Amino acid sequence: MSPVVLNLFGAAVMPWLVVGGINRTRSLWTGRRGPPILQSLYDVVRLLRKTPVYSTTTTAVFRLGPWVGLAAVLASVGLVPVLGLPPMVAFPFDFVVFAAFWGLGRAVLILGALDTGSSFEGMGAAREATFSTILEPALLLTVGALGAVTGDHTLAGALRIDPTSASAAVAWLVSVVALTVIVLAEGARLPVDDPATHLELTMVHEVMVLDHSGPELAAIQTASGLKLALGVSLLATLLSPLGRSEHEAAVVGVHLLLCGGIVVAIGTMESLIARLQFRIVPRYLMVAVIAGAIALLATTWQGAPQ
Amino acid sequence: MTTWVPASAWREALTDRVAAATPPSGHPAGRVVTLFGRREGDELVVTAVIERGGVLETLRTRMPAADGYHSMTEEVPALHAFERELHEQTGVAVRGHPWLKPLRFEGGGGQAAMRTYPWYTVEGRDVHEVAVGPIHAGVIEPGSFRFMCLGERVLHLEIQLGYQHRGVEQLLRSGDSRRLTPLVETIAGDSTVANAWAHALAIEQLAGVGVSRETELSRAVLLELERVGMHLASLAGLATDIGHLQGASTYGRLRTTVINTSMRLCGSRFGRSGVRPGAPAYAFGADQRGALQSALELLGRDVPVIDDRFLSDISVQHRLGGIGVVSAARAKEIGLIGVAGRASGQDLDQRVHRADLYPNLLPEVEPGGDCLARTRVRMREIHASLGWLRAVVESRAGWPRARASIGLLAPSSMGVAVVEGFRGEVVHCMETDASGALVHYKVQDPSLQNWLGLALCVRGGAISDFPICNKSFDLSYCGQDL
Repeated sequence: MSPVVLNLFGAAVMPWLVVGGINRTRSLWTGRRGPPILQSLYDVVRLLRKTPVYSTTTTAVFRLGPWVGLAAVLASVGLVPVLGLPPMVAFPFDFVVFAAFWGLGRAVLILGALDTGSSFEGMGAAREATFSTILEPALLLTVGALGAVTGDHTLAGALRIDPTSASAAVAWLVSVVALTVIVLAEGARLPVDDPATHLELTMVHEVMVLDHSGPELAAIQTASGLKLALGVSLLATLLSPLGRSEHEAAVVGVHLLLCGGIVVAIGTMESLIARLQFRIVPRYLMVAVIAGAIALLATTWQGAPQ
Repeated sequence: MTTWVPASAWREALTDRVAAATPPSGHPAGRVVTLFGRREGDELVVTAVIERGGVLETLRTRMPAADGYHSMTEEVPALHAFERELHEQTGVAVRGHPWLKPLRFEGGGGQAAMRTYPWYTVEGRDVHEVAVGPIHAGVIEPGSFRFMCLGERVLHLEIQLGYQHRGVEQLLRSGDSRRLTPLVETIAGDSTVANAWAHALAIEQLAGVGVSRETELSRAVLLELERVGMHLASLAGLATDIGHLQGASTYGRLRTTVINTSMRLCGSRFGRSGVRPGAPAYAFGADQRGALQSALELLGRDVPVIDDRFLSDISVQHRLGGIGVVSAARAKEIGLIGVAGRASGQDLDQRVHRADLYPNLLPEVEPGGDCLARTRVRMREIHASLGWLRAVVESRAGWPRARASIGLLAPSSMGVAVVEGFRGEVVHCMETDASGALVHYKVQDPSLQNWLGLALCVRGGAISDFPICNKSFDLSYCGQDL
């Protein structure tokens, strides 16, 4: 099968499995059976059949936001090695475009939240914007440093680093840390956000979508599940020992195993720790920036970048 | 003990009793447990219940209503809620009160008057207002919270309640005063036993009925089950709010065991029909003792494990420690009671004065005053209550169900009862007229005094910490709204 088909297939299936897998892990940790693995897909189907309700204060910005956001995340799929295989599109410094797509998705969501005029949503938007000012540089710094180490300046290529030399090993190690922090924060998971909370005052992502309903909410949930799945995929690509292997089946198999492991690890982590205080979150996110900076420093070790 | 003082001496009498102890007299400083009034023709009858060293004194006066009442909140801030209530319930002018805002919008206007609540506002270009409620996410009670914020920092929080005002006190005055218990049990569902017990004590005083130790023990068993069950519910809520999954599910599961035990004893998970004036309202024999014992075994095994997991989790310590602090001095000033008071170093627990039922019981006091301290007080009280219940089982105490007949209530008398519910002291005062009919029924939930503690503890803190502070206080909306 062509990589394009496989990539699209992965992007269509993985979001539901990743979200379902995390929820199932959380349920098992608390001694419960939990909802079906595909519950998030059923929810989206249910939402698509509903008629949305709009507040009278909102404008077209509010209605368009979810669809533009979904489109932006869908576009970013093209640059991600979804199943560990080469992505559909790759060109030098495409990771900047990748960050821009996710930034666009975030921007329209923030605008939609501000459009409601609700103080809750305004606070959520402010938090999201604050956190992203740390997350975006961290992503660019990390992938950029990996690109400098590998000499491959595409998103997929940089992540398929071969950590056998000392500098590459250091860069690889700190990148794993940075990318983990970034993926969890972008996916609105603990310890930054709690997808299960009902407390508006403590929400980040959830509070920005409080006023959305029906198909728009389905679009937002699909985009957010897809974002999390893409993040997990990027992390698995970074961790995969078969990064540059030609053996397609083995690459996909190892990649899926790693994704499963990451999903269980996220679910376990969420079951065992409490959420961070908001004033601590920027410090926690700075870990990703610092890790990215260390990765960059590693490139100067043992000579100049290749 | 009831002391009538002339209106001219009221102020002095009250402030003398709550003033700090002076060495020669050696009297400990008193604390106003409750203060309320009623209209009698053109007169205002004011009653204050003062506790000094475990002894309750009822201080009363009458004054012409037209003269108004002079507030003492400036000197004794703990009186602020009582005086606001006095103003609202009697319509008498209260002069010199710094914060004479509606408590629950009794009287004229009703619900519509809620729209004109005089909110405190903070001016400034960067100050923003966040209104939360009165309808909240999740199935909880209504209450309106308004925050004045600078970014994420809270400058001021104001809590406006009254949405659940049902006219409880008025309702209790109508009907047969000796058959009020079922109504009393619905004042606040989470404090069913505490309210029913306080009511029973008050009516027993008025009817001159002496009760056996077994009767009191039967009530205490249900009250301790209520305490353990509600503390577990609070802890489950707190764990949910900080995203601690194991605590959330385990505490919730254990609470079910506790309230199911209440059902095995008296037929209701919330202890309804478990307390009636005069005699034990449920039988406690070998079956019930066995049910209680097996529940205690399960709880004795599982509660320490989850407590240890929860408290030793560094992310939990970090999330709760230092959040929502009420200093001991502040707690004393505004009269915090119950769990919130004890977590701020206040050595107050009404059960201490019932050594016949609770020998060797000491208040579980924590000095911290933060969310972590309130959590720890709950955990320690669960532990103590389980130990007390175990001792009851081991003593092989038992009693049959019995019905007592309550005679006529004594005329022109007052029955005052204070019971330490899970949240704090629940006060019931019943007063009869010359014919023995009820002229006044005063109910007080500890939430009345403690809501201000919540409002003050979030000042200067982050607005995102408010839900945790709120849960750690776990106050009642319907108990305050009555």
